[in-house]
Amino acid sequence: MQDNTSDNLYTKVILNGLWRQNPALRLLIGMCPPLAVTTGVRPALTMGLSVIFVLSCSNLVVSLIRPFLRPHVRIIVFTITIATFVTICDLLLKAYLPAMSEVLGPYVPLIIVNCLIIFRAEACASKSPVLLSVIDALGMGGGFTVALLILASIREVLATGCWAGWQVMPKAFVPWLAMQMPVGAFVTLGLLLGLIAMVSGSKEARHG
Amino acid sequence: MDRLGTLVMGFLSVVVVNNFVFTKFLGICPYLGVSGRLDTALGMGLAVTFVTTISGIMTWSLDAYLLTPLGLQVTRYICYIIVIAAAVQLVEMYVRRFFPALYELFGIFLPLISTNCVILGLCLWLDVWETDNLLEAAVLSFGTGLGFALAICIMAGIRQQLLLADVPRSLRGAPITLITAGLLALAFMGFGGMIR
Repeated sequence: MQDNTSDNLYTKVILNGLWRQNPALRLLIGMCPPLAVTTGVRPALTMGLSVIFVLSCSNLVVSLIRPFLRPHVRIIVFTITIATFVTICDLLLKAYLPAMSEVLGPYVPLIIVNCLIIFRAEACASKSPVLLSVIDALGMGGGFTVALLILASIREVLATGCWAGWQVMPKAFVPWLAMQMPVGAFVTLGLLLGLIAMVSGSKEARHG
Repeated sequence: MDRLGTLVMGFLSVVVVNNFVFTKFLGICPYLGVSGRLDTALGMGLAVTFVTTISGIMTWSLDAYLLTPLGLQVTRYICYIIVIAAAVQLVEMYVRRFFPALYELFGIFLPLISTNCVILGLCLWLDVWETDNLLEAAVLSFGTGLGFALAICIMAGIRQQLLLADVPRSLRGAPITLITAGLLALAFMGFGGMIR
C-alpha cells in the first residue's frame, strides 16, 4: 500500500514536469537556450541532456545538504553548486563531443544562469527528500528536453528539409532559411505557446 | 586613430548588429517579464547596462591578470558568477538607498539580474571575441548593456500599443510578445550587412 502511494507520487511528479508545469512551454522559464540551440535536433538533444545532468546533480546535492542551508546564503550555495556541475559537463562535452561543444559554444556555460535549475533547487530540492528531488529533476529536465526537441524538429525540418541530418522532405521542397535565423525561433515558439494555450483552453496566457 | 575606429565599430556592432537579445537570445526572461511599461523597462535596461559594464570589466581583468597566468581557467565559470552576484548586490543596495521608487518598480527582477543571461553571456563572449585589451572589453560591455536597454525599451513601447489591439485570446500575453520579438529581430537583421 505504502509503495503504491509513493509510486503514484513519483508518477505525478514526472508528469508534472513533462506537461502540467513544463518549464519551457508552460512556465516560460529558462527560455534562452530553447531559442538559441534549436536550429537542429542534435544540438537541442545535447543541450537537453546536459540540462538533465546538471539539474539532477544539483538537485541531489542541494537535497543532501538541505539541513545545513541558511536562508541568507542559500542562493549563493545553489549557484556555486550549479556552476561546479556545469563546469564538469562542459569539460566532458569538450573531451568526448568536441564538434558538438564547438556548436553549442558559450551556451553550455550559460546553463548556470538557466532559471529552471535554480528554480527547482529553491522550490523542490531544498525542501524534499533525495529520491523525490532526483525524480523531480528527471521530470522537469525531461519536459525541458521534449520542448527543445519539438521546437528543433519544426525549425530543422522547415529550414533544411532534414530531421537530425536525415532527409525527410521531398526533393522539391524549398528550404525556408528564415526558420534557421532568430526570427524563426521567436515566431515558432510564439505560435507554439499560442497553440498550447488554445488546446488547454485556459486563460493562462497571462505571463507577460 | 585605427584603434578608435575599431572601438567605434565594435560598439555599433554589439548595440545593433549583434544585439544580444535578437541574435543570441540572451536575457529573454526579463525581456518578457519587465517589458510591460516603458518606465520600468528603461529602469531595468539601465540597471542591466550598469551591471554589465562593471562585471564585464571585472571578469575580463580577473581572467587576464589572475586566472590565465595561474592556469586556473577551469574555475572560470564559478569565479564569473561570484563576481556578477557581487556586482548585482552593489547595484541593489545603491538603488534601494537612492531611488526607492525605482526599487519598488523592479520588485523581484533586481536580484534576478544576477541570473540574467546577458551578463554572464557577455563575460563568456568577451573570450570568444578574443578581446585583447581592457578598454575594448569595457566598450563592448557597455555596448551590450545598451543594446539590451534599447531592445527592452522598443518592446515596452510596442506592448503599450498592443494593449489597445484585439489579439486572439490564445495568443495574448507571452505568445504575441514572442512573435513581436521575432518581427523586431527581422527588422534588426537589416543592420546585418553594415559591419563585417
